[in-house]
Amino acid sequence: MTTTSPETVVVPARARAAAAGATVRRKQGFQHGGWFVAPFLAVFALFVIWPLLRGLYLSFTDANISGEGAGFVGLDNYREALKDSAMWDALGHSAYFTVLVVPCITVLAFLLAMLAHHIERAKWLWRLCFFAPFLLPSTVAANMWQWLFTQGIGLFNQTLGLDTPWLTDKSYAMPAIVIQTLWWTVGFSFLLYLAALQGIPGHLYEAAKLDGANAWHRMIHITLPMLRNITGLVVALQILASLQLFDQAVVMMDFSPGPELSTRSFVQYTLEQGFTSYRVGYASAMSIIFFVIIAVVALARMWLLRTREEGAR
Amino acid sequence: MSSTPMSTTRTRLRPRRSWTPGQIVLTLLGAAVSAVFVAPIAAALLTSLKSEAEAAEIPPHWVPEVWTGQAWKALFDTGNITNWFVNSLVVSVCVTVVVLTVSALAGYGFARTEFKGKSVLMAVVMAGLMISPAVLGVPLFTTVQQMGMVDTYWGMILPQCAPAAMVFILYKFFQGIPREMEEAAFIDGAGRWRVFFTIILPLSRPSLAAVGIFTFISSWNNFLWPYMVTNNPDLMTMPNGIATVMNSYGIQWAQLMAGGLMAGLPLIIVFVFFQRQIVAGVAHTGLAGQ
Repeated sequence: MTTTSPETVVVPARARAAAAGATVRRKQGFQHGGWFVAPFLAVFALFVIWPLLRGLYLSFTDANISGEGAGFVGLDNYREALKDSAMWDALGHSAYFTVLVVPCITVLAFLLAMLAHHIERAKWLWRLCFFAPFLLPSTVAANMWQWLFTQGIGLFNQTLGLDTPWLTDKSYAMPAIVIQTLWWTVGFSFLLYLAALQGIPGHLYEAAKLDGANAWHRMIHITLPMLRNITGLVVALQILASLQLFDQAVVMMDFSPGPELSTRSFVQYTLEQGFTSYRVGYASAMSIIFFVIIAVVALARMWLLRTREEGAR
Repeated sequence: MSSTPMSTTRTRLRPRRSWTPGQIVLTLLGAAVSAVFVAPIAAALLTSLKSEAEAAEIPPHWVPEVWTGQAWKALFDTGNITNWFVNSLVVSVCVTVVVLTVSALAGYGFARTEFKGKSVLMAVVMAGLMISPAVLGVPLFTTVQQMGMVDTYWGMILPQCAPAAMVFILYKFFQGIPREMEEAAFIDGAGRWRVFFTIILPLSRPSLAAVGIFTFISSWNNFLWPYMVTNNPDLMTMPNGIATVMNSYGIQWAQLMAGGLMAGLPLIIVFVFFQRQIVAGVAHTGLAGQ
């Protein structure tokens, strides 16, 4: 709406403006372009690029936390990491968590969005209730559930009539973290689905109704196909976030690695190596390995998107 | 052109607002699910109003038998909770202001200006999307340590100020603004900066609000980075202080819940008032990743 008025003013002078504008733009841009990006690049270089390069360098050394007297050890840290069963266990726990959380959160977010979209009254109330937990700090949400899950004094078992040792048995510890995470973070994906649902043009449904399609068919043939892109996004964001599991796991387990080390995530193991064992070189090698894993996931998604776009064409 | 279909859907929607059986079932279902979502927060609130002894009672019960503000009083008397609250506020506000400034400038620079090496730099920034304190924690810490910023506000704030995602979101938005609007101003003799401040920024208010809201939420709730970079209880932020200090000397559940609510409720209350903007902001920042 705001775009129409200046445009009508420009139209008579369009040709002249385009010609003059092009030269002005090039000249001005050459002078100032770099200055626009400079402040961001300065912060970015100091706190993203430099740590990455430094991490790469440290990963070839036996540096400790003081950063002094680091000797070059070649690929030793990487060799050790690949043979370190504790690292593979930690990576396994993060992967296990991801495999449990991602499908559950995607389905749950979709169902909640359908529910909130189709109830006609008090829409703000459903949105508020489903989204509110996401606004809590990770540690607060984790403390709440730590208390709900504690055997004896916890209301979770009490309400469901169970006596499950959620936080102290290795087969229940990770599922407890998964339940907490679903409750805490589903609101974000729920909002993405809700926005996508609201973006589906109503005339598609009207037309389908005129053709005699029932509610089920409308969902299968209109809603689900229209939500394909957003599902891809939700799944990708959730995989990347879940692999970085840390906050809720350590807080729910009182900063321990969980019963029989069963909830020690990759991030937690890396930080233990760096800050508890003071093996900065080794921890850096693991950070680089983790960066490569995350990059592979992110690149795989970009590749999938591209092939699908080409397939659509 | 859309006026006729709009009016027909309007008139058709009106009568549907009555309580059809389908709506009754859906609303009841919605209420039940909402109750499950709110229950943990309600339980925390009720527990914060119990005495410590009652909060640890077996078997537990939802509603306090004796209502008391003891836990809340103890929270303010003994802990550094007001310190943490102020620290959280300072850190989140600074992070939000810096992120808005640098990412708006950078987004515009990448979208609309030409300079040497632009495409390479853009690719590097995109690669930055994959880096977070969780991924590069230890090297990031040693970098900040080298700069002498451990246990300082700067050390907490600056590493949160380079979110490639926010630059990317604003970059995409600026690309969508018609070039004619800028060129008209160039003809009138305005420079790049003038155009940026008087034309581009006012047009981008919704996107800037989205970025600002999302940045504030993530900074207020950030645990991992402040946890790594500070051990000083006076410098801790809310999530960090509650998780480490309050958990360390034997958990007192009623107090812990009171502290947690004090950290969590401000954002929830703000959300109640600015629901429309926040929902649009979160959906916008999320969807821009597509």
